[in-house]
Amino acid sequence: MIKVEGLTKRYARNVAVDNISFEVEKGQIVGFLGPNGAGKTTTMRVLTCFLPPTAGTAQVAGFDVLESPLEVKKRIGYLPETPPLYPEMEVVEYLDFVGSLKGLPSGDRKRRVDEVMEKCSVADVRNKLIGKLSKGYRQRVGLAQAIIHNPDVLVLDEPTSGLDPKQIIETRELIKKLAGDHTIILSTHILPEVESTCEHVVIISKGKLVATDTVANLTSRLRGAETVMVEVGAREGSLDAAHVFGKLEQVAGVSRVTARDPREGHARFEIESVKERSVRAELARMVVESGWNLHELHTVGLSLEEIFLQLTGGESAASTGESK
Amino acid sequence: MNNIWVICKKELNSYFVSPIAYGLMAFFALVAGFFFYSATAIFVQRSMESQMMGRGFPMSVNEWVIRPVLSNVSVIGLFLIPMITMRLFAEEKRTGTYELLATSPIRDYEIIVGKWVAALIMYACILAVSLLDILVLFAYGKPDWKPMLVGYLGLLLQGGCLLAVGTFISNTTRSQIVAGVGTFAICLLLWVLDWVSAFETAAWAKVVSYLSVLTHFEPFSKGVIDTKDVIFYVSMIFLGLFLTARAMESQRWRA
Repeated sequence: MIKVEGLTKRYARNVAVDNISFEVEKGQIVGFLGPNGAGKTTTMRVLTCFLPPTAGTAQVAGFDVLESPLEVKKRIGYLPETPPLYPEMEVVEYLDFVGSLKGLPSGDRKRRVDEVMEKCSVADVRNKLIGKLSKGYRQRVGLAQAIIHNPDVLVLDEPTSGLDPKQIIETRELIKKLAGDHTIILSTHILPEVESTCEHVVIISKGKLVATDTVANLTSRLRGAETVMVEVGAREGSLDAAHVFGKLEQVAGVSRVTARDPREGHARFEIESVKERSVRAELARMVVESGWNLHELHTVGLSLEEIFLQLTGGESAASTGESK
Repeated sequence: MNNIWVICKKELNSYFVSPIAYGLMAFFALVAGFFFYSATAIFVQRSMESQMMGRGFPMSVNEWVIRPVLSNVSVIGLFLIPMITMRLFAEEKRTGTYELLATSPIRDYEIIVGKWVAALIMYACILAVSLLDILVLFAYGKPDWKPMLVGYLGLLLQGGCLLAVGTFISNTTRSQIVAGVGTFAICLLLWVLDWVSAFETAAWAKVVSYLSVLTHFEPFSKGVIDTKDVIFYVSMIFLGLFLTARAMESQRWRA
């Protein structure tokens, strides 16, 4: 659905996007991930025909952004970082205006406006002035605006920025709900957002493409050893931490154990496994069989957060960055 | 065509939901009313004098009232136009709604013409307020309506040309203040260019004076449609709108 090849955007003094290539299949939700100033917005602006690329090509639904911008624009719904709202308009009036701007015939328009208001749950403020709406509502009106003409591709620039946690969850749910009908690209610098909403992720940093893959693949590809945090307590009396330490070391597959700041009566350990091996089940069994209480056991790290830091951080970026 | 109307309707809507339309109309009613009053007062005084001196034919209302009023109105226009055009693009650029327009399946020229037409309609609505004054003349006298119509046509052409310049300037900035002041400066410049002809008769002075928008309004106020003036105004309108389109294009590539 979206095909970007060798895309470069140079501003007067700096290079915002440097030779990026990626593809997005129909119906996917793709997370566009990168620190602030990485070139996410620029890439999106090229895709939406707001800015022309300096070099390279970008195609949406088979149409080139430079050669047939009107065709591309017809097929894209775009929510910029600040929703493009007219404060002096009512919600209905605004959506009707955007509908006509996107070329919806007036017969369909009323029905579509009602539909998207329902979808984005803004129907209860339909006759309010946009200027009087809260941030959460504005964001949703912005989203309604982007889907009004039922576009093939949705481009959302930081759709959850500035919202409160409840609104963030609602917006994510909404985006997931939209995924079936639309191909979605959303940018964010919040990692859990990608984990919770996207199937694919494109990571860029300083204008360069660092990685593009599914979230699951990316995690497993970078997973060297598993790191597990274990908290053990005594059933009665006090706990001999050194004893526990020794026992943990003997569990098959464990390569290294480090004691962590103990809490009262509990001992905490960080355990690394050998490569490609999960040791959680064995650890749990051992602890319980030895007569201790297992208070906590979870894998740490290897969240996107760490992957992201690894990839954008420096030396490891070079080795993993080339893969497609 | 349809897209032009969509943009135009939206612009008109934002003029008339904000106090700016009514403020400008009220201001214009006041100033135009004053000019009308003073012109009428002079007219009445002069015609009394002429009757007492025993001149047979009556003085023309068109020449003594409508013409000076329209000339004054054309100068007031210079002050109104920056306030009409300053927000056209600058506001959209500041709030980010420009991104919506630029990423919608609509051509640059449709956006520009839509906005310009809306500004022209707004200006026409303001001018229409002065018709109230003129109606009084029809109630008490028999002015000739044809030269008057030509006068208003001239006002619209002159307005359209300055509005096109204002549209261009509004497109070059994100600040309404800058757009307003810039447009005002250019309007003023296009006005005073005419003054050169008062002290200089060389060829260059003629050229400079020719560029003044007010020189070209003179014939209209007398009820004369001269093609050279119409062509001047129309080509100025095209120039302004063309520059706006070029500015949009160039901003896209430079941005």
